[in-house]
Amino acid sequence: MITRNEILETNRMIDDMNLDVRTITMGISLLDCADADIEKFNEKIYNKITTYAKDLVKVGDELAKKYGVPVVNKRISITPIAIAAAGCKTDSYVSIAQTLDRAAKEVGVNFIGGFSALVHKGYTESDRKLIASIPEAMAVTDRVCSSVNIGTSRNGLNMNAVKEMGEVILKTAEFTKDAECIGCAKLVVFCNAVEDNPFMAGAFHGVGEADCAINVGVSGPGVVKKALEEVRGADFETLCETVKRTAFKITRVGQMIAREASERLHVPFGIIDLSLAPTPAVGDSIAEIFQEMGLAEPGAPGTTAALALLNDNVKKGGVMASSYVGGLSGAFIPVSEDHGMIEAAEKGALTLEKLEAMTCVCSVGLDMIAIPGDTPASTISGIIADEAAIGMINNKTTAVRLIPVIGRKEGGHVEFGGLLGHAPIMPVNRYSCADFIARGGRIPAPIHSFKN
Amino acid sequence: MQEMEKAVITVLGQDCVGITAKVCTALAESNINILDISQTIVGGYFNMVMVVDITNMKLQYDEISAKLDALGDEMNLKIKVQHTKIFDAMHRV
Repeated sequence: MITRNEILETNRMIDDMNLDVRTITMGISLLDCADADIEKFNEKIYNKITTYAKDLVKVGDELAKKYGVPVVNKRISITPIAIAAAGCKTDSYVSIAQTLDRAAKEVGVNFIGGFSALVHKGYTESDRKLIASIPEAMAVTDRVCSSVNIGTSRNGLNMNAVKEMGEVILKTAEFTKDAECIGCAKLVVFCNAVEDNPFMAGAFHGVGEADCAINVGVSGPGVVKKALEEVRGADFETLCETVKRTAFKITRVGQMIAREASERLHVPFGIIDLSLAPTPAVGDSIAEIFQEMGLAEPGAPGTTAALALLNDNVKKGGVMASSYVGGLSGAFIPVSEDHGMIEAAEKGALTLEKLEAMTCVCSVGLDMIAIPGDTPASTISGIIADEAAIGMINNKTTAVRLIPVIGRKEGGHVEFGGLLGHAPIMPVNRYSCADFIARGGRIPAPIHSFKN
Repeated sequence: MQEMEKAVITVLGQDCVGITAKVCTALAESNINILDISQTIVGGYFNMVMVVDITNMKLQYDEISAKLDALGDEMNLKIKVQHTKIFDAMHRV
């Protein structure tokens, strides 16, 4: 029998500490939609997505009511379009992005991820078409998210793609400059992208996945922060144990929702992704966890260690709570989506270089960072290369989601609104890496990839 | 035999006459049986936790939750209904 205190504890987490199920993401394979005629392809993907996901939003809302826990987002991930559309005879994939946008709006999901290409070792013709279509696709759609995987620990880094993505990011910003360069907020460059990630903007449905799967992302930085308030001043063992216990409880809720969503939708359960994902709301912040741990501001010396222990113990607690933990699972450190990170960046406590160091131990990478609009494409590529190198050498996922804000300089500001938040424009190292990026070719796989 | 389905109803807000009566009436109308009630008043704040049997409930989840929301609005209370599975999931291994 559940005790009164346990009931009240759960409800305090939901009502006062922003515990929620951040996303139920339905992964849908589009491999069986292949067609040489792009119009037929578009028709097939629209029909498949709107058929499979027709009840997704309804089921998410019903579960939220049943358990009294918010299910914030309902989303869809699809087979990378560069693979699914490879057979289409066409020069541009923009119409595919528009079809995805229509399908997302029809079923009521707020994002659909998978306008993606996997080019970690090289390009197909289709990959080239997809990447060339990204800037316009991001400008003419609202809900489509795009990602490009440019490296893996197993294969090394495709530096041609790194170079090109610097240019694509800048062009995407240019195409959406009248809308705060929002296109770049929907575009991620990955190293070691995962195939079952339910979180946007980097979600896609990998080719090793089933026809359809339900992946659930749970969050709750506020719950971790409150739990740490109870052990203020205690030693690191107590600190880690508290994070772990809290992560366990949060994940169990996600596991239950995921199981039931998968039953109701008659779709296999894929994974739970336990990621501490902040929102701009006060009390839903990773930065506040750092402060509770004893750092004056995120970015202060000690921040990387604090993040390392947070990320590791979130995973340890989560793994115990669910049979299938996957996705990215850990702590996200986006700047614009976390009020504490924004304030630290505004004060100068948090720099791009410190963020880079933090990405060695967080679950993803440089996320939602606004940079000056006149940053050269080669510099953006250099940042991508650094981030990808960290991922490649450390066998982890890393990502870059930078927003060069056209027409604005360091010290300026950009406002995305909603969950994407707002951000100060952060300074970027002004020394050039153009000659390094211009070399082209591949960086070979690291020595520790030879495991066979 | 069908396994009993249970829910937890929590009621929070300023104390006033008839809270328990009105909540219980609403539940009875929906064929929901009360299994356990615990109630405290701290500093004028009314705090009630009920465990109820919803196996033969006449309403759907969204309907009962809408009904209790409406009652909560009328009496200036926060009333929440949740299936017990969420508490078992979180607190029992």
